Amino acid sequence: MNTLSTGRSAGGFAFPAPLLSAGQSARNPTILAYTIRRTLILIASLFIAAIVLFVLLRLLPGDPANALLGVGATEQQIAAARAQVGSDQPLHVQFVSFIGNLARLDLGTSFVSRASVLGEIGNRMSVTLPLTFFGFVVALVLAIPLGILAAVRSNKWYGAAISVISQLGIAIPVFWVGILLVTLFSINLRWLPSGGFPLKGWANFGEAITGMILPSLTIGLVMGASLLRYVRAATLDVLGSDFLRTARALGASFPEALIRHGVRNGAVPVISILGIELASTFLGAVVIERVFSLPGLGSMLLLAIQQRDYPNVQGVLFISTLLVLLIGFAADIAQRLIDPRLRGRGRAFA
Amino acid sequence: MSTATMTAPTEKKSHPLALKAGLLLVGIHIFMGLLTLVWLPYDPTAMAGGRLEGPSLLHWLGTDRLGRDLFTQMMIGSRIALIVGIGAVAIGAVIGVTLGLLAAFASKWLDDALAATLDILIAFPTLLIAMLVVAASDTANLWSAIIALGIALSAIVARLTRILAKRVLVMDYITAARTSGSGWPKIVAIHILPNIWPTLSVNFALQFGLAVIAEASLSYLGLGAPPPNASWGRILQEAQGTVYTAPLGAIAPGIALVSLAIGVNLLADGLRDTIDPTRRAR
Amino acid sequence: MTVLLSLENLSVHAGSKALVSNLSFSLNRGERLGLIGESGSGKSLTSLAATGLLPAGLSSSGSAILAGKQVIGASDRELNQLRGTAVAIVFQEPLTALDPLMRVGKQVAEPLARRAQRDGTPLSGAALDKAVLALLDEVALPEPQRMATSYPHELSGGQRQRIAIAMALACKPDLLIADEPTTALDVTTQAEILGLLDRLVRTRNMALLFISHDLPVVANTVERVVVLRQGETVETGDVAEVFGNPRHDYTKSLLAAARRLDDAMEGRA
Repeated sequence: MNTLSTGRSAGGFAFPAPLLSAGQSARNPTILAYTIRRTLILIASLFIAAIVLFVLLRLLPGDPANALLGVGATEQQIAAARAQVGSDQPLHVQFVSFIGNLARLDLGTSFVSRASVLGEIGNRMSVTLPLTFFGFVVALVLAIPLGILAAVRSNKWYGAAISVISQLGIAIPVFWVGILLVTLFSINLRWLPSGGFPLKGWANFGEAITGMILPSLTIGLVMGASLLRYVRAATLDVLGSDFLRTARALGASFPEALIRHGVRNGAVPVISILGIELASTFLGAVVIERVFSLPGLGSMLLLAIQQRDYPNVQGVLFISTLLVLLIGFAADIAQRLIDPRLRGRGRAFA
Repeated sequence: MSTATMTAPTEKKSHPLALKAGLLLVGIHIFMGLLTLVWLPYDPTAMAGGRLEGPSLLHWLGTDRLGRDLFTQMMIGSRIALIVGIGAVAIGAVIGVTLGLLAAFASKWLDDALAATLDILIAFPTLLIAMLVVAASDTANLWSAIIALGIALSAIVARLTRILAKRVLVMDYITAARTSGSGWPKIVAIHILPNIWPTLSVNFALQFGLAVIAEASLSYLGLGAPPPNASWGRILQEAQGTVYTAPLGAIAPGIALVSLAIGVNLLADGLRDTIDPTRRAR
Repeated sequence: MTVLLSLENLSVHAGSKALVSNLSFSLNRGERLGLIGESGSGKSLTSLAATGLLPAGLSSSGSAILAGKQVIGASDRELNQLRGTAVAIVFQEPLTALDPLMRVGKQVAEPLARRAQRDGTPLSGAALDKAVLALLDEVALPEPQRMATSYPHELSGGQRQRIAIAMALACKPDLLIADEPTTALDVTTQAEILGLLDRLVRTRNMALLFISHDLPVVANTVERVVVLRQGETVETGDVAEVFGNPRHDYTKSLLAAARRLDDAMEGRA
C-alpha cells in the first residue's frame, strides 16, 4: 500500500518521509509554494548548523589564537594573534561576524598554510566529489538489478542468498572492505595501485581514474548492499500490489504491467531513500580516503584537526553540512515532483 | 548516521536459527569482554613476543608490530566495543526519549519546530562532528567518542519516540486515563513508555551495531585511544601498514566487528518477531 | 458460445491446505451468479483461480473453462488474451486497485486501447480520448473532462469504483466478475454502484459473477447463488429458492443473521 510519509510498507520498511510531510495538514501546497518553503527551511537549517559549529569550536579547550603562536610568545604577540583571529571580541560580536562570513562564503585562510580555505576545499572536492559520484553509481548498478532479482526470486536459493549478503552491508565497516580490497587487488594481484592520487590531479587523467577504481568499488559495494534492501522491499511491494493485479486482470501481460505501473511506483520509495544514501556515500568517501591515501576533504579535516587549524576545520565541516543539507533539499523536491499524492490538490471533487 | 537506524527492514520472519546464531555471536563477545575484567593472557601494552609473529600456541593470533599479543588486544576490543555500544545507545536513549516525549506533548507550533530541528540534526554529518569532538578532547578519547555518538543517536531516537508517542496519545485509553484523573507523569510511565518500548528497543539494538562501527571508524582514523584501551578500529589502523606480512592484524578485528554487528542485528530481528508476531512471512 | 465460465471440481491449495474444494458451477451469457460466503470462504480465490491470477504459493486443480479455454495449467500468454477481452474484473478496494501515480483517464485508456487493438481497430489520440470520456459518462461520473485528468487519491471511494468499472467495461467483456465491489463503500454509494452495475450488465448483456458476503445485496443483483463455506459448496440454486427455502443449516444461519440485522434496523425505523 502506501509506502510514503506514514511509512509502513507491505515489505515492512519504514521509508523516510519527505521533510515536514508527516503531520502536515490536508491542504498540500503546490510545488512552487513548497519549494519556497523548503528553501526557507534549508536556510534555517544552515543557520542552525552554523550555530552548532560556532558553539562546538568555542567549546573546545584553548583559544584558537594559540594555534597561531609558538611556544613562549610575548604578550604583544598573543594580543596580535587574538586580534587577528577575533577571539578578543565578545562572543556575540564574534558570532555575527562568523555568520556574516559564512553567508559570503568567506571561510578565511588557513592558520598553517595561509592559503584560502575555500580554495583548498575546492581542490579537495575534485577528489571527494568524483569519488562520491562513482561510488554512488556503483552502488546503484549493484543494488537495482540485484534487489529486483532478490525480490522476484525470493523463493529460490540465490534470491535468498542475495538478501542475506545484503544484510552484511550494514554490518561491515566500509574501511575494512577497503583494506581487504587493497590486500587482494593491490598487494596480492598487483592489478591496481594501493592508493594515492596524482599530484597534478585530473590533469593526469589516466592515473587519476585508476586511483579512483578501488575506492569507488569499496564504497559502492557497501552502499549497494544497504540500498539493495530498499530496492528489494519496494519490488516486493509492487509485486504484491493491487494495481498490478488490476492491470493483469484487464489483459496486460506481467512484463507489461510491471513496466507500465510497477517501475514508477517502485521507484518512489527508493528515490526517497536515495538522498540519504547519497549523503552517506559522501561521508563514507571521507573515511575511505585514509585507506587509499586520497587527498580529499577527509584528510584535510583530519590534518586540520591535528594541527588545530581552526579555519580549515570550520570550513570543511560547514561545506560538508551544506552539501548534505542540499542533497536532502533536492531529494525532498524530487519526491514531490514524482509523487502526485504529495503535491496533491486534495479532493478535486466533492 | 547511516540509513539502517532510520528503518527496520522486516524482510521475512527470521529463521529461529538466526536468533540463536545472534545470541551465540553476541554471547562470545560478552564473554570475552567480561573475561578481560578478571584475566588477560598477556599484558596488552608489553612486548610479549617478537614483532609481527604469526599465530602460534603461545600467541593464538600472533603479535602486532610492537610485539604485543594480538589475542589479548582482541579480547579487550570486545570489552571496549560493548562499552561503546551500550554507552552510546544509553546516552542516545536517555536524551532522545526525553526530547521525543517533550515534543509529543508540546503544542503544535513547538512540536513542528522541534520536528524540523530533529530532521536537520539527523542530516548533520555526525561522523565529522564526532571526529572534531573526539580530537579536541585530548584525554579519555573513548568517552568523548561515546558521548559524541550518543548525541548523534539521540536525534534519531527523539524523532522515533515523538512519532510513536503521538500515536499512543490519540488512543482512547489515554483519554480514559485522563478522565479518571491520572496525571501525565503516571500516564507516561504506565501507558506510553511500555507501548513504545518494544519498537524503540529494536531500534536500540540496531544502533548498537552502528555505534560500534562508527567508533571503529574514528579509531581507524587515528582518533581512538591507544592500548590498553584500544578498540578494534585502532588495531586495524596499526595493522594497515603491515597487512602483507601479517594479515591477521587486519583481518581479525574486521571479523570481530562484523560478527558483533551481525549478531546484534540478528537479535534485533528476533526481537522484532516477538514484538510483532503478526508480521507477514514473505 | 454461450457457456462463458464452467468450473468443475475446482480446488485451490496453499501447500497441503485446501482453501477451495471441488467447486462446480457454470455461467452462460447474460446470466448472473452470486458467490456468497463469509471471509475466508474462498470466494475471491475462486475468481482469481478462474482467471489465472492466483498469487504465488497457491495452486489450483480441477477444471476451469473460460470462454472455451482451460485455465488450469494454461500459460500466462494464453490467459492474457482472455483477460481484458472475454473477462474483466472489478475488485473490492478501489484505492489500492488503481495505480496511484497515473491519471485515471490514462488508466481507463489502457484497456480500451488494448481491446481496440485486439479487435483490429486500433484507437489512439483524439479518438481514444473521446472513447475514454464516453466511458466515464457511461458510469455516470460528473465532469468527465476534469475527471480524466485527476489522480485516484483526488477522488472519493465511489468515484474510484466507477473508474474501476469503466476500466472493466473498456474491455467489452462477455463476463464481468465483481469481487465485493461495494464492500468498501458507504451504504448510499453502495446502492448507486449496484444500480450502475445492474444497468450496465443488462444493457451490454454481460454475464455477471458477483462475489459478496452481503446477502441482501446479492439477492437483489443475481438470479442464482452458490453458497460457500470454508471452500466447500454448501448450497446452490435460484435466489428465491435458496433464500426462501434454505436447505442447509449454514445457509439458514446466514439468513437468520441477516434477518436479525434487518429486524433491528426496522425496529429503529
